[in-house]
Amino acid sequence: MTQYIIRRVLVAIPTLLLISVIIFGVLALAPGDPLAQFALNPAIPMETRARIRESFGLDKPWPVRYVRWITSMVKGDWGFSFATKSPVIDVVVQRIPQTLQVVGVAYLLAILIAVPIGIISAVKQYSFFDQITTFLSFIGGALPSFFTGLSFMLIFAINLQWFPIVYSSTLDMTTSAGISQQLKQMVLPVMVLVVQQTAALTRFMRSSMLDNLPLDYVRTARAKGLNDWAVVIRHVVVNSIIPVITLIALGIPAIFAGAIITENLFRVNGLGQLLVTSIQNSDTPTVMALAFIFSILVVVFNLIADLLYGVLDPRVKYT
Amino acid sequence: MRTTSSWKRAAALLAAALLLPLLVACGGAAAPAAEPTAAPEAPAAEPTAAPAEEPAPEPTAEPAAPEKDTTLNILYWQAPTILNPHLASGTKDFDAAGVILEPLARYNSADELVPYLAEEIPTLANGGVAADSMSVTWKLKKGVKWSDGSDFTADDVIFTWQYASNEKTPATTASNYNGIANIEAVDANTVKITWKAANPDPYVAFVSYSGQVIQKKQFEKCVGEAAMTDAACQAANLAPIGTNAYMLKEFKPGDVVVYVKNPAYRNADKTHFETVEIKGGGDAASAARAVCETGEVDYSWNLQVPKDALEPILAAGKCEAIAGGSFGVERIVVNFANPDAALGAKRSEPNQPHPFLTDLKVRQAINKAIDRKAIAEKLYGPTGVAGCNILVVPSAVDSKNTTCERDVEGAKKLLDEAGWKDEGGARTKDGKTMSLYFQTSINTLRQGEQAIIKANLAEIGIAVNLKAVDAGVFFSGDPGNDDTLNKMFVDIQMYTNGPSGTDSQSYLEGWTCAKVNSAEGSWNQGNDGRYCNKDYDALFATYAAETDVAKRTEMAIALNDFLINDVAVMPLINRRTPNAKIIGLNGPTFNTFDSGLWNIHEWSK
Repeated sequence: MTQYIIRRVLVAIPTLLLISVIIFGVLALAPGDPLAQFALNPAIPMETRARIRESFGLDKPWPVRYVRWITSMVKGDWGFSFATKSPVIDVVVQRIPQTLQVVGVAYLLAILIAVPIGIISAVKQYSFFDQITTFLSFIGGALPSFFTGLSFMLIFAINLQWFPIVYSSTLDMTTSAGISQQLKQMVLPVMVLVVQQTAALTRFMRSSMLDNLPLDYVRTARAKGLNDWAVVIRHVVVNSIIPVITLIALGIPAIFAGAIITENLFRVNGLGQLLVTSIQNSDTPTVMALAFIFSILVVVFNLIADLLYGVLDPRVKYT
Repeated sequence: MRTTSSWKRAAALLAAALLLPLLVACGGAAAPAAEPTAAPEAPAAEPTAAPAEEPAPEPTAEPAAPEKDTTLNILYWQAPTILNPHLASGTKDFDAAGVILEPLARYNSADELVPYLAEEIPTLANGGVAADSMSVTWKLKKGVKWSDGSDFTADDVIFTWQYASNEKTPATTASNYNGIANIEAVDANTVKITWKAANPDPYVAFVSYSGQVIQKKQFEKCVGEAAMTDAACQAANLAPIGTNAYMLKEFKPGDVVVYVKNPAYRNADKTHFETVEIKGGGDAASAARAVCETGEVDYSWNLQVPKDALEPILAAGKCEAIAGGSFGVERIVVNFANPDAALGAKRSEPNQPHPFLTDLKVRQAINKAIDRKAIAEKLYGPTGVAGCNILVVPSAVDSKNTTCERDVEGAKKLLDEAGWKDEGGARTKDGKTMSLYFQTSINTLRQGEQAIIKANLAEIGIAVNLKAVDAGVFFSGDPGNDDTLNKMFVDIQMYTNGPSGTDSQSYLEGWTCAKVNSAEGSWNQGNDGRYCNKDYDALFATYAAETDVAKRTEMAIALNDFLINDVAVMPLINRRTPNAKIIGLNGPTFNTFDSGLWNIHEWSK
């Protein structure tokens, strides 16, 4: 097992290096300028912009910039953001709590809703409940978040005025008013995300259950005289949830990537919003840092998912 | 038994997987770097706001949830990322910095200068501006204090110049200060600026958003490269100490700035709000909704929303649009050089004349065919008015001598006269059919305009091929990219521009022969239409040499008229940046040459 982990980590290093070269190359080749907003401002002429580019190191060819970036990265220096002119890592760390709050809560809720629905749908296959949830999960999976987001915003925030559309990150969480305001403003973005994630997870849980239900061990359990729900919960669910847990583990890096569209729509100051604005403003160091952190998380959680599989399913052995 | 134990294991792991995000959340929140930057000198005792989900154990000194009317909520759909205006990377940064910092003088909505840190505006009449245009002397207000309690003096002004003009400081505002040869402190409250060469615009430095004065004490060690690399300077950039009515309480770059009343402000008793908050992010349309429909914010910036989306939002009745002045003139630039790809490296070079756009009659015909009214009414609504002038601000130089009525028949006649005959709806001459490539940036509004103009020109028999380029590329000025407005590898192109200050000289210089874009100058001289006319150059030279303000105004109008009569460029729309304020908020005005928050110290509700 230890050997397996070590081997996987060693394999991950060239993978991550390759990822970083590709992202850096793509960013460097993409057109754009951190001061593009001032392009036509005669008070900020080309010379000024060229000088600022130079001080950002953007006048050098990209392979040189990449080597510089990777060497300081190895030393733990993520560089400074072109937008804030301060260390990228400060900005990134500042964004993590809001993303985890909104996207993390949505993920948790989605799991809590999806797993039972998936189980019931499978056990009562083709029942009215199953038909309804199947129908809804297809709708939920098919609707893009910019559509559900905007619709929810129009209905619940603008017409009904139940929830705010401007997300505040300066609420005083020591007061009950602050906490209730925080919960209120989380409702819409969380709802948008839950709709999407529940849809996929429900389908997955349901089909995994359906795979197991007709198997011999289930029939044996029934033959022993156990009641139906005991069979489902103690035998079928336990076996069916293994692949779902893998899926859940693989989905965790996506939490950190934030929900790009949803965060932007609702002005949640999370990582997804940071990524988009940084790309728009050609803030290469920030984009690199975020992309690289996500890559690491994906690699790490892939490993965790594989290990979890071994722990959950005794038949899987790592050598 | 096996199933039971594996069930327990599964349950435990599932729980662990679910809890992980929460654990990380707490870990992330506990990291010290997660704390938003706060003003180092802020006298307020409260700790920097704890990240939301972690209740701060000690009760903060401030009253729980400040009462509604003591907070001013401002929404920008672009979030400020830095509060040092000299390192700004967008209007949002200049605006957010201006709540804390002040220049010597600012422009009001009538484009007049209002003294801020200055006692009075120096003029020729009061002797502040030297008759030879070589120097200007500013008298500073006495008794002004920085929010940390120290005195504001001439040294701070001198330091700001040294900071911004240093070659190694990556200052966005550098060009405003580069013309300064020296600044001397005549006394603690008087500075004399000497220019390197005679300068007709004495207000280029220390005025408006680019002129904000930073504190010497705070930034002394930040001149040059240190401005960006030194940790103390990085912190200072995010938390400048200022002289304005508000000072920083909390700043989360890219998200929100919270300001509180500055007790050291010279008119602190007149400051209306306890707290000012500028929230950033989202999109312009929902920013408009937040002030006009839900009333969550009091003021919303730059609502660049197409008319049919914006008008119903404004009609909700909770807000008032503040639109006026000019955000720039949307124009069609005509290429006087030949952009034909067959020319290879000589493409769009100034020595390759355009096959037909060099013909005045053809340009006049195109100009007459365009339906400006339709563009203004169908697309812009409250955000723009049809116009014929390329120079519209300050209002004194907005020419009244020009017209640009639509005249399709007249346009057709002009093309006939120019020898372009109508053959089956297409214009041909010497066996060639007239067609144009027309580019602009990708933007709903602009694609709407392109469609209208294409239809307009089709009426007179000119075929138009449309092209839309990503704004990041179009405006980038990147010499390695063929799709920039600077290279202009098309026949006509459209974008918005305007003068940066009340003095129009540098703007009008953009049509002189000396400024013609070419490969030799990396396409960055500024005259992207490659318009070159000796008569215009001569007129411009006399204007540049003139120092009398009234005469300069007259000549600026003459230069505008010259360009319009020669159809060197086709102005379409005078754009206004509509900001919206909630009814009952007093103070906000439109502004052409300064920030929309220029007078935030006197806003009230």
